[in-house]
Amino acid sequence: MNQIRVVLPPHLRTLARVSGEVQVRLEGNVTQRAILDALESQYPMLCGTIRDHVTHQRRPFLRFFACAEDWSHEGADAPLPDAIAAGAEPFLIVGAIAGG
Amino acid sequence: MSGVRVLVGTRKGAFILTADGKRGKWDVSGPHFAGWEIYHVKGSPADPNRIYASQSSGWFGQVLQVSDDGGKTWNAPGGDIKIGPEAMQAGKSNKFAYDTSEATGKPLTTHQWYDGTQHPWEFKRVWHLEPSHTDPETVYAGVEDAALFRSTDGAKSWHELPGLRGHGTGPKWQPGAGGMCLHTIILDRGNPGRIYIAISAAGAFRSDDSGKTWKPINKGLKSQFLPDPTVEVGHCVHHVAMHPTRPNTLFMQKHWDVMRTDNAGDEWREVSGNLPTDFGFVIDVHAHEPETVYVVPIKSDGEHFPLEGKLRVYRSRTGGNEWEPLTKGLPQRDCFVNVLRDAMAVDSLDSCGVYFGTTGGQVYASSDAGDNWAPIVRDLPPVLSVEVQTLR
Repeated sequence: MNQIRVVLPPHLRTLARVSGEVQVRLEGNVTQRAILDALESQYPMLCGTIRDHVTHQRRPFLRFFACAEDWSHEGADAPLPDAIAAGAEPFLIVGAIAGG
Repeated sequence: MSGVRVLVGTRKGAFILTADGKRGKWDVSGPHFAGWEIYHVKGSPADPNRIYASQSSGWFGQVLQVSDDGGKTWNAPGGDIKIGPEAMQAGKSNKFAYDTSEATGKPLTTHQWYDGTQHPWEFKRVWHLEPSHTDPETVYAGVEDAALFRSTDGAKSWHELPGLRGHGTGPKWQPGAGGMCLHTIILDRGNPGRIYIAISAAGAFRSDDSGKTWKPINKGLKSQFLPDPTVEVGHCVHHVAMHPTRPNTLFMQKHWDVMRTDNAGDEWREVSGNLPTDFGFVIDVHAHEPETVYVVPIKSDGEHFPLEGKLRVYRSRTGGNEWEPLTKGLPQRDCFVNVLRDAMAVDSLDSCGVYFGTTGGQVYASSDAGDNWAPIVRDLPPVLSVEVQTLR
């Protein structure tokens, strides 16, 4: 069982009624899809806010980072770095900068 | 003791304005859902404490929120935090999936794009929420790209009424500048089977069987920007209003032209009359006088602000054609705000209250049917919608 740390954008923390990092538990491979599945199961109000309900495509104004690398365009089932699986580093869900 | 609750949706959150029946002193709460676009907030006629809110953002998509205490607290239906074996029962409240089943919607894959080509139907947001007159758990949602959804479990789950997109004209619908939105839903309290809806830019439609089948009701509309100005669909209807005691009479603010029908939309006639400009977005009907109608004329489709910098509500007491400007308490110089299509409402107290919000963040109220106006608030984010609950 892996304990995964996830950092949400502020609006989604408000929606999920959490502060700071959240943690999800995973069995098996630690991938973006597995993390998001677990996150949506634990916080159902986040369904549809990070990825599309139907297609599961990442929302265009959001990106995923792991260990300072942009994983937004990697496959959803690609294994994430060991540091994410071990809980040493958080999986970051980051919103595009607003403003002009 | 009677009172009113004004539900305001803005670009950066929702606000709730409350007052007693005198409507002289207001309490303001909010922003609720701070930072999110709130396209519409509306209370259930069957249970005034049940309020639905459409919360959306370009980052995070669509969320539905529900309150059961008059807007004090909110929750996303189906979104309760679940940890443990049952956790895979995920929430559904913000899931709007078009019906693509073989039996109903599968052929409905595209509509017309701005350039005339066909474009896939893509869900973007909920523009309008219309709770049932009789059941607090039943609510309709008008969405972009245009479709009508219904929930019968308090917004936990949503199902499309596919007969609207599937009745035949769907491929000819096209987006207006604001998107291809289903923005108006009118339920006939006396005839539960009847529903009117309007889409920009397609037109108005009517169902007489609770949303199963639909027909366009646009005969008499003329849109000069269309190759065929009297075409069956393609009209940019901005808003439609009905008095509950006259379910066959509708008033419409079209892109240009103020229109009226007295036979449930089978035929429309223009009632713009002496309006200084017949472009605008909002239209509403007095709570007790079915022939008293309100509009806010806007200069033109290219200049979305009042004529001459003067914010004027126009009232007709004759069901159209003869209009009078209402100016007392409204800015009569240097005013260049807009009033969007869902941003006017009336209360049903003995002396009918009229309310509207502007893109400049003001919400104006009149407690005497429009004769005198005063701002309730002046500095909200741009107002997208205004609804009123009359509390008794």
